[in-house]
Amino acid sequence: MLKGQNGCATKPINLAKIATDYAAQTKKLARRVVICAGTGCVANGSLKVYRAFVEGIAKAGLPVVTELTGKQGTLVDGILVSRSGCQGFCQMGPLVTVEPDGILYTRVKEKDVAEIIEQTLKRNEVIDRLLFVNPADGKHCHGQNDIPFYTRQHRMVLKACGNVDPEDINEYIRNSGYAAAEKAYVKMTAQSVCEEITFAALRGRGGGGFPTGKKWELTRIQPGEKKYVICNGDEGDPGAFMDRSVMEGNPHSVIEGMMIAALAIGADEGYVYVRAEYPLAVKRIRKAVVEAERLGLLGDDIFDSGKNFRLHVMEGAGAFVCGEETALMASIEGKRGTPRPKPPFPAQSGLWGKPTVINNVETLATVPLIINMGAAEFRRLGTKGSPGTKTFALTGHVANTGLIEVPFGATLREIIFEIGGGIIDDAGKPFPGGFKAVQIGGPSGGCLIEEHLDLPLDFDSLRGVGAMVGSGGLVVMNKNTCMVKMARFFMQFTQNESCGKCVLCREGTKQMLALLDDIIAGEATEETISLLREVALAVQKGSLCGLGKTAPNPVLSTLRNFRAEVEAHIVQKRCPAGQCKALVMPEIIAEKCKGCTACVKKCPVGAISGEVKKPHRIDPEKCIKCGACAQVCKFGAVVGV
Amino acid sequence: MTAATENQTRFRHFAKVCEILSKHDHMPSKLIPILQEVQEEYRYLPQEVLTFVATSLDIPPAQVYGVATFYAHFTLKPKGKYVIRLCDGTACHVRGSNGIHQALLKRLNLTETCNTTPDMLFTVETVSCLGACGLAPVIVINEDVHGQMTPESALKLVDDIFLQENVN
Amino acid sequence: MNAKTTLTIDNREVRIEGEKNLLELARKAGIDIPTFCYHSSLSVYGACRLCLVDIEGRGIVTSCSTKPEPGMKIRTHTEEIRGMRKIAVELLLASHEQNCPTCAKNTTCELQKLARKLGVGEVRFKPTLRPQPLDRTSASLVRNPNKCILCGDCVRACAEIQGIGAIDFAGRGANSCVVPAFGKNLDEVECVNCGLCASVCPTGALTPKSEIEAVWKDLDNPEKTVVVQIAPAVRVALGEAFGLEPGKIETGRIVAGLKALGFDQVYDTCFAADLTVLEEATEFIARKTVGEKLPQFTSCCPAWVKYAEQFYPGLLPNLSSCRSPQQMFGSLAKKILPEKLGVKRENLSIVSVMPCTAKKFEAKLDKFRRDGMPDVDHVLTTQEAARMFEEAGIRFRDLAPQSMDMPLGFKTGAGVIFGASGGVTEAALRYAVEKIKGVELDAVDFHEVRGEAGLREAEYNLDGLQIKVAIVHGLANAKKLAEAAARGECAYDFIEVMACPGGCVAGAGQPVSKEPTTRAERTAALYEADKMLQLHKSQDNHLVAECYQKHLGEIGGHKSHELLHTSYRSRRRICGESLSLLDGAQGEKLKVSVCVGTSCFVRGSQKILEALVKHVQENSLENLVDVQATFCFERCGDGPNVRVGETVIGKCDITTAIKAVEEKLAAAKS
Repeated sequence: MLKGQNGCATKPINLAKIATDYAAQTKKLARRVVICAGTGCVANGSLKVYRAFVEGIAKAGLPVVTELTGKQGTLVDGILVSRSGCQGFCQMGPLVTVEPDGILYTRVKEKDVAEIIEQTLKRNEVIDRLLFVNPADGKHCHGQNDIPFYTRQHRMVLKACGNVDPEDINEYIRNSGYAAAEKAYVKMTAQSVCEEITFAALRGRGGGGFPTGKKWELTRIQPGEKKYVICNGDEGDPGAFMDRSVMEGNPHSVIEGMMIAALAIGADEGYVYVRAEYPLAVKRIRKAVVEAERLGLLGDDIFDSGKNFRLHVMEGAGAFVCGEETALMASIEGKRGTPRPKPPFPAQSGLWGKPTVINNVETLATVPLIINMGAAEFRRLGTKGSPGTKTFALTGHVANTGLIEVPFGATLREIIFEIGGGIIDDAGKPFPGGFKAVQIGGPSGGCLIEEHLDLPLDFDSLRGVGAMVGSGGLVVMNKNTCMVKMARFFMQFTQNESCGKCVLCREGTKQMLALLDDIIAGEATEETISLLREVALAVQKGSLCGLGKTAPNPVLSTLRNFRAEVEAHIVQKRCPAGQCKALVMPEIIAEKCKGCTACVKKCPVGAISGEVKKPHRIDPEKCIKCGACAQVCKFGAVVGV
Repeated sequence: MTAATENQTRFRHFAKVCEILSKHDHMPSKLIPILQEVQEEYRYLPQEVLTFVATSLDIPPAQVYGVATFYAHFTLKPKGKYVIRLCDGTACHVRGSNGIHQALLKRLNLTETCNTTPDMLFTVETVSCLGACGLAPVIVINEDVHGQMTPESALKLVDDIFLQENVN
Repeated sequence: MNAKTTLTIDNREVRIEGEKNLLELARKAGIDIPTFCYHSSLSVYGACRLCLVDIEGRGIVTSCSTKPEPGMKIRTHTEEIRGMRKIAVELLLASHEQNCPTCAKNTTCELQKLARKLGVGEVRFKPTLRPQPLDRTSASLVRNPNKCILCGDCVRACAEIQGIGAIDFAGRGANSCVVPAFGKNLDEVECVNCGLCASVCPTGALTPKSEIEAVWKDLDNPEKTVVVQIAPAVRVALGEAFGLEPGKIETGRIVAGLKALGFDQVYDTCFAADLTVLEEATEFIARKTVGEKLPQFTSCCPAWVKYAEQFYPGLLPNLSSCRSPQQMFGSLAKKILPEKLGVKRENLSIVSVMPCTAKKFEAKLDKFRRDGMPDVDHVLTTQEAARMFEEAGIRFRDLAPQSMDMPLGFKTGAGVIFGASGGVTEAALRYAVEKIKGVELDAVDFHEVRGEAGLREAEYNLDGLQIKVAIVHGLANAKKLAEAAARGECAYDFIEVMACPGGCVAGAGQPVSKEPTTRAERTAALYEADKMLQLHKSQDNHLVAECYQKHLGEIGGHKSHELLHTSYRSRRRICGESLSLLDGAQGEKLKVSVCVGTSCFVRGSQKILEALVKHVQENSLENLVDVQATFCFERCGDGPNVRVGETVIGKCDITTAIKAVEEKLAAAKS
């Protein structure tokens, strides 16, 4: 029982009053400066920028406001300096938005703050040099409204992330926060909530795309007093950070989603399981839980419904496999995070053997939106089979990296070339025509290639081409990337992260890795590919859990989409991308070669030919890569040994 | 002293562990948060403390050891004053994190298995993904995140620490 | 048949009769689905991925974890499934030490059998085994990590049946392994040597420790007179090693075989069991009369004794002080046989053939040595005895039965039933009831104490004296009673504990049987052997009585206490590490520890550590000083703490630390 915890919950809670009070305070403000305090911007020094603003504005004699409660909030024409969660455009951070003008300054350093105060806050002037310049046309962009990275997105789940102060529950409430929970607890029944979510056709954003409503309904109809809701915040896919951003940027939306889930299935206790690598997310969620408890949103008799819900936050301890639901529950129970066979499914026998619903962060954050807008409205977004939007972490060889949100049905072309601003080379320069592949869904997903660029992305279309939405990592790769090495990278990852319980995953990933190593080292034979495929299929079909079953995907998708590249490694002992050291061919740079013929004389196999005083060349068919030519060359013309 | 009383006197000293244990009501299901807090306290998980935790929770020491060795976050060896965690997530990987890793190991004369300097100043380890992919490649030194690293800038950070340590 | 209660396996209709899973159902239908990690008495683990079956409409699932549902259409060996099983076995072999001919489990190994059954002709994968050292520290078991396939059977058996958890999984992924806590050796942890792990292990990763060579050595030594005792349970199981039906009583052929091996005398542990009955029941009556140290726990099972010493030292006074029959036999034999056989005591070698691995540990205990010589020199398991027969080319089936040597080969049925769970209790009752009531007992069978249940109880009113007995097997079951007794809430007077489920007949030294009926058949044979003997009550063993007259004096008297009783000690573990931490300087080197716990750390302990390391390196003191980081001296208020030798210096700084080291070194020199 939570009675009396944190004391001051006044009942019944009046959300409308909190919202109007907050709005009244904000009306007195002249301006608001929002500094992104997501992990990315913090790493780039955004907290220093924040402090510089607070101090600088005061020094400039302007009324600075850091929190709206108390005395400060009554200041007329005050300037509110606040921190937000991740605004998505991490690469350009620290990001500073000046409201109501909507100016977005990028790469703001501490030393820029005085200038912003002087010119923008005092004189309403825009500082061009701090604006984002669209590399496509060289134009300065004012803010989210004209930066292609943002304009092409449809930010719904992430909308509040870069906007509200994640540590202020009042601001969340001001933006219709907890209205959906109130509606559910006051006006809806468990069954009607399940029906609404089922009608919305919401599908789990964590990977599999299982219908959330169905999952809830299955759990709801289970007998038993005790049930649990778990939020799976163990976002482990390398190259994915959507859930982190939501937990950091809008923790209350996750809590609200969990409250609604709890009502829907009849749970009175829940866990948020957050990855250990996300300390900021842990901190923000913990704080949000305390705040929600303070207002009586969590605890006993929520909204006078007679329903109770208490929420625990558990920090993971560093195991990718805990993203698998049965492993995650084992971890909450204090055990090694190894999956167990299903059935029984968590809906029947989950945490401590009780019926349990386990949803991913983004899924839960979407729930309040559905309840607020109505399932019918929600279904207008996205595709028929996959309504709504999806967040992606766009990274790799793409000009604009960061966190994005698009409706299902958007194409890779839109995402990579319009939002992402196109391909870059290894040095970060634009690389037109440099697109090679995009890895979607992390180590469990697969590669998509040129021919998939116009495929409308959703759960089903991706499955159709042997990939998956996964948690939503999109890693773009340019033509200098060796796909065998990429497959090896992912295999190394799953091999490291395999829990070691089931034979096929534990030993299979080990052997797939060894076979890929053979290919990279030029020691593979034709049989390597068939053996690789045979193991991959066995692991895919026979492994115990989702991690194992999807572990071979990068290998299989590489074999499917890049067969020629793999075969080049094996048959010609050549790495087309020039990345595999063992397979690099010596080459003579024509500009440097003086045609002295020293190398011709030295070559033991007669692989070098050319006229005197003219550039020579090496015949790759004959070359044995002994390196004698490079040693003898006085002009450094031989490379690649 | 008999073995038993000697044992007791020794265990009586585990005051902090006892505090942590009672905070969690001696519940075996709280083993992971308990180990996290113990590690926070001692900076690693000493064998004798784990044995004590196991006895107190009435679970086999082998089970506690099993949990402690399953999760990457736990360490049974003390780590250096500066723990350099290098992200080797996909985004960091494609942007060259491996080069940074090798450079750091070489500079500090470490290997992937022997990753703490003998003077306990540095520990270098890789983590799967820090979720700061927008800033790839990323390294974290203790709590501080450093983005868009190159081998040179990473070594610079190490040199800065050396400098700072020698000044003090 | 009714479609509502049947399903089809490989196109055959099979009725569902409450089977827990498809694997059991298939077995019933005569189809052996391969598995490593499924055991009917353990929880479902689902890791070996061999028991895969194809269910129409659902795809490939593990049969061990899938409940039978009416109407299912199951195929157990499609091309795809056969291929996957082959791959799984091939993968296991690639990370497995492949020296089958010299493995203790050669020809009985499940992995080997499956590789053959599935036609795995070659291993196409690279070997990935990183060889680990063997753990031979246990007196009873050998742990070979290089043969472990991580099926977890041992882990679950130890935790679920014995409630101990001495070994568990550690590490993750490719580094996963099954080890005792902190990677220690088996003899350093709570292992009670019951060997259950070895009997469920499908490969050679855990095997009973062989003493065959030592026994051969004594047999080959012309100076030595070698006698052997055979435990009750051995006679109903050894034949299985030669393809005979379980539950055939083979006493005569075993005696003949042992004689053929060269043993000079063959005796029966049952003789000592009869002794045990008299001593233990007398002890019980005495305790019951005064109402002290009740409940009385039996002490025949060395695994249980070690368990109690480790986890319930407070209950040790409640354990019967009687030695186990093996040890009673040993001390008595070493006492009386030298004279009887005309051999010097040091040239008398006593060998036991036991169904048990813990007996090996027991025989090596210091308290069971006299004048530097063990009472029992070597312990062979039933399996080892069979193997010696094989090695000596003895065709067991063709042996002509022989009888035991006297006097130590004479027994009553009471001594024989010791091999089954409940047998000790029944044997004791046959004596105690007669003793208390003072009238001869006609009906000697106490059926209520027999059976399979993990806990059985019975109550007797003996002329107004109320006696409540309980029988448990499996230490997890014993734990419940021990807990209650430790709280003083135990209503029983007498509790029989056997570590192995079923008692000694199912001991880890017996031939391993996968048939679920074997245990019951062996048990039935023991009770049958009791029936066939003329005498059923230990008090009727006239040779035992003679032994008391000649050598032991009174039952429970001074002499018998010296030879037949023992005492126990608490084994509550103290951590080896903590001792070395406390002791400070050990061996030649001066040990310097610097606390790097949080509190000392923030006060700069790391700097001191760094300086000390530098100091040692610069002055080439590596051979004299061992500097290490440690975790905490629990003196955080005084941090930073440095310990030099045995002195802990609080609020230490670099100069003080170096000075202290130099002083200690100087002192050591002078």
